[in-house]
Amino acid sequence: MYDFGYHQPSSLSEADAALNSASDPLLMAGGQTLIPTLKFRLARASDVVDLCGIDELKGIREEGNAVVIGAMTTHCEVAESDLVASRIPALASLARGIGDPQVRHRGTIGGSIANNDPAADYPAGCLGLGATIRTSKRQIAADDFFGDTFDTALEDGEIVTAISFPLPEKAAYAKFPNPASRYAIVGVMVAKTGAGVRVAVTGAGHGVFRDEAIELALNESFSVDAVDASGVDEEDLNSDIHASAEYRKHLIGVMAKRAVAKANS
Amino acid sequence: MSKKLVGQPIRRREDFRFLRGEGRYVDDIRRAGELSAAFVRSPHAHAIVKSINADAARAAPGVVGVFTGADLAADNYGSIPCGWVVTDRNGEPHKAVPHYPMTRDRARYVGDQVAVVVAETDAEARDAAELVEVDYEALDAVIDLTTAMEAVQIHDEAPNNLCYDWELGDEAQVDAAFAKAHHVSKLELVNNRLIPSPMEPRAALAEYDNGTDSYTLWSTSQNPHMLRWMLCGNVTDIPETKLRVIAPDVGGGFGVKIYCYVEETVCLWAAKRVRRPVRWTADRTEACLADAHARDHLTRVEMALDEEGRFLGLKVHTIANLGAYLSNYATSIPTYFYATLLAGPYATPAIYANVHAVYTNTSPVDAYRGAGRPEAAYLLERIADIAAHDLGMDPVEIRRRNFIQPDQFPYETPVALTYDIGDYEASLDKALSMIDYDGFAARKEEAKARGKLRGIGLSSYIEACGVAPSSLISRFGAGAGLWESAEVRFNATGTVTVLTGTHAHGQGHETTFGQLVADALGVPYDDVEIVHGDTSQIPMGMGTYGSRSMAVGGSAIVKACDKVILKGRKIAAHLLEAAVDDITFSDGNFSVSGTDHSKTMAEVALAAYVPVDFPDDLEPGLDENAFYDPLNFTYPAGTHICEVEIDPDTGVTEIVDWVAVDDFGTVINPLIVEGQIHGGLAQGVGQAMLENGVYDHESGQLITGSFMDYCMPRADNLPSFRIGYTETACTHNPLGVKGCGEAGAIAAPPTLISAIANALDVTHIEMPATSEKVWRIAQNGAAAK
Repeated sequence: MYDFGYHQPSSLSEADAALNSASDPLLMAGGQTLIPTLKFRLARASDVVDLCGIDELKGIREEGNAVVIGAMTTHCEVAESDLVASRIPALASLARGIGDPQVRHRGTIGGSIANNDPAADYPAGCLGLGATIRTSKRQIAADDFFGDTFDTALEDGEIVTAISFPLPEKAAYAKFPNPASRYAIVGVMVAKTGAGVRVAVTGAGHGVFRDEAIELALNESFSVDAVDASGVDEEDLNSDIHASAEYRKHLIGVMAKRAVAKANS
Repeated sequence: MSKKLVGQPIRRREDFRFLRGEGRYVDDIRRAGELSAAFVRSPHAHAIVKSINADAARAAPGVVGVFTGADLAADNYGSIPCGWVVTDRNGEPHKAVPHYPMTRDRARYVGDQVAVVVAETDAEARDAAELVEVDYEALDAVIDLTTAMEAVQIHDEAPNNLCYDWELGDEAQVDAAFAKAHHVSKLELVNNRLIPSPMEPRAALAEYDNGTDSYTLWSTSQNPHMLRWMLCGNVTDIPETKLRVIAPDVGGGFGVKIYCYVEETVCLWAAKRVRRPVRWTADRTEACLADAHARDHLTRVEMALDEEGRFLGLKVHTIANLGAYLSNYATSIPTYFYATLLAGPYATPAIYANVHAVYTNTSPVDAYRGAGRPEAAYLLERIADIAAHDLGMDPVEIRRRNFIQPDQFPYETPVALTYDIGDYEASLDKALSMIDYDGFAARKEEAKARGKLRGIGLSSYIEACGVAPSSLISRFGAGAGLWESAEVRFNATGTVTVLTGTHAHGQGHETTFGQLVADALGVPYDDVEIVHGDTSQIPMGMGTYGSRSMAVGGSAIVKACDKVILKGRKIAAHLLEAAVDDITFSDGNFSVSGTDHSKTMAEVALAAYVPVDFPDDLEPGLDENAFYDPLNFTYPAGTHICEVEIDPDTGVTEIVDWVAVDDFGTVINPLIVEGQIHGGLAQGVGQAMLENGVYDHESGQLITGSFMDYCMPRADNLPSFRIGYTETACTHNPLGVKGCGEAGAIAAPPTLISAIANALDVTHIEMPATSEKVWRIAQNGAAAK
């Protein structure tokens, strides 16, 4: 990796100061994407600001009808949280399927959504469950947060502080992993909420998206048989050595059915 | 009688250091003043190197030097050799091409070494490597095997990019068999390219001693003596006496660490040039780009059959990819380790193989676990299944009908080998019984009720191991003999140091050789130390590959032990005042026949180094070496059967059962053998459904350059394997062993593809049988019904 300065602030204000004093800084959460990227020399920064020392960004708590997860909470902590397991088991299950044990013990929810890898699991979790992303500057609805590949609504220097998940009536996540990377080739979060059914798809396209055709069908009847095919255009889906767009589109339907079956079980 | 250790499942003693992180690998070794090397690699698959400007790199912090192929050429560093001359159909030697340590004129694959930066730290070397400006003139890349012979020429020495057009077998005899055939079964298949990927990447550390004008090279080598031989005999003018090669703990080889590579050669040169030790350790990307790759064949196979399903003749046409340069043994793999195995376990009377080996703009291709034999077993077992399908026979029955029978040994195949012994039906029967073959129909029905497509598949393989009888392979074109050496050295206190010319990089030799020696000499296992991997300590040896270490290296140890015992009898005769002929040796004791007079091995060893009143013709010391050249290959064989369940909605294949019944001859340590089977099967399963080395056909870029895209098998891809043995002891080595290291990688691909094809009710599916390929066939099948 290229040389860089390293900072470990213990508060958001210290983090802010570190960001402001650096010419070309990068924020690091769990580092599970950033560190390999630095090692491959695909990323370069004057300074890396590591958020691991900021206690206010950690922890899982219940706030009204929502589970709020601090941005620096690891996948393992979400997967093993009794609170998450009892309120939104779909989210615990999603976290349990990310990467491998090493990744789950270092990687964080805030890092995952700020990075917005188009095949990551948490973007589907946030979008599917209709989460709200809290940052150092504002609150952003998941529908407005995720852009195309690696793009989000975050501005320079804006730090994700927590994610608030409203409690769904029922929800489940089904993932078809890439056999090599174990990222999602297709991952589908299906949630039945007070405001209707939400179906979020990761892995298949250039970024996480909602599948309106499946949402429409499930709003009619939240059952496996209601799910027909994905409504997305194959041309908007990824095609690579692991899976063609046609196969991915097919898998969206299969994973949606499996998620519904799991949610109803 | 004391309990024999041979045959016992003793835990590997080397694992104490490996599992505690106390192994000592090349990258763990530190030398005072060492520098790091970083290579500038071609980003083009094929390009003329017009100029190299290293001014900015030389000025970068920490840089000691930037060098190119021209610098090595000026010091008489020549081409890395190919050690096996294959003679083509016209009696001409293969079209050899130079492979200089760093290309002098043209980059021929993505990752080809163009320059090296030597700097104080690895980070500084890598930083500076990015500052080296290379002016390339890009050329068309030759990637596609089907068109490689019509594409732009890669080497001046090889028109049509053809290394050789080679044949084996009697074509006229095969044509005659086809003319009278009842049926001919045909298949075109791909044997997919693999990127071997041992856990420890390649590494080298070179040091030059100006005082003695000598070098030490630490290298991740499977055969340090061969590496020294190639470096001193071919590449450089350094005498072998001035180069010590050390291969310390090595974390997996699988063939990829047999070869002499550019990187270690450059480190060796640079260590003298800059007068400081120079280190290089590959990162995983470099390993993917520039380690020798494997397999990569396009094959057309035809089998002629009579009405009863007997094999009358086999015809095989293969295009084999050699990559951009010839790796050391590349020429031999798609010829003498491939076509010679095309009889398999079957009594096919006529076999003809024709192989076009071609150069392409890809990483060089050479031996990898199985090396030619997996390719042979795969096509043979695939065509056996298809022949059974074509004739409406059970795939078990067609194999049974064609097996070489136990009373036919020694059996001379039509493709240059003589099998010494085997019982193929015994393995088949045991495997059928273990998997409950007759109960499959019921299991298939039960799976169907759960919405799964269940399939069963088998393969009966044979391989040639214990490489290799020197006289035979020299007739085939090998430039070296493949005997092995051993030295058994008693120390004065009765402990034993055993030096072996083989090299362990995961095989557990310290344990298995220890068991062998403890039994042979009647000494405690803990008193036996196995030493390998250092050319300055060990007699000339040939290293480890081709499942040879126990069959050839172990036999050399037995031979040296026999010499030690003979010498011990002479010493005991002197001590016991008896005639040598009256001294017998058993369980570590030398006894005078018919008396209770005896001396222990330890007493004899002590006397050997405290020689009191030794007669003139009795030398002090108890230290013998031996060289063992095998009389033949060994021929492990067996039958594997697996069952899979396919989810037709996704195409995901789950391996639900696997029985492996192998005949490895005598088993020294069943725990280690089982581990070898598991590892080989994992790699074979990887080839069959996960692994694929993919280059972009236009740009020649390696698409599978990391584990994000190159799919290594993982624990959750694998079933719990069930292992069974049959045993026919090898007839021509003293241990009766055949070798077990490669069997799984050979048996697994045809077994698994057979089962997947069976589940899908098709005759064939190409490797790797990914979930998408399986899904498409399952969809077509569902649509047809």
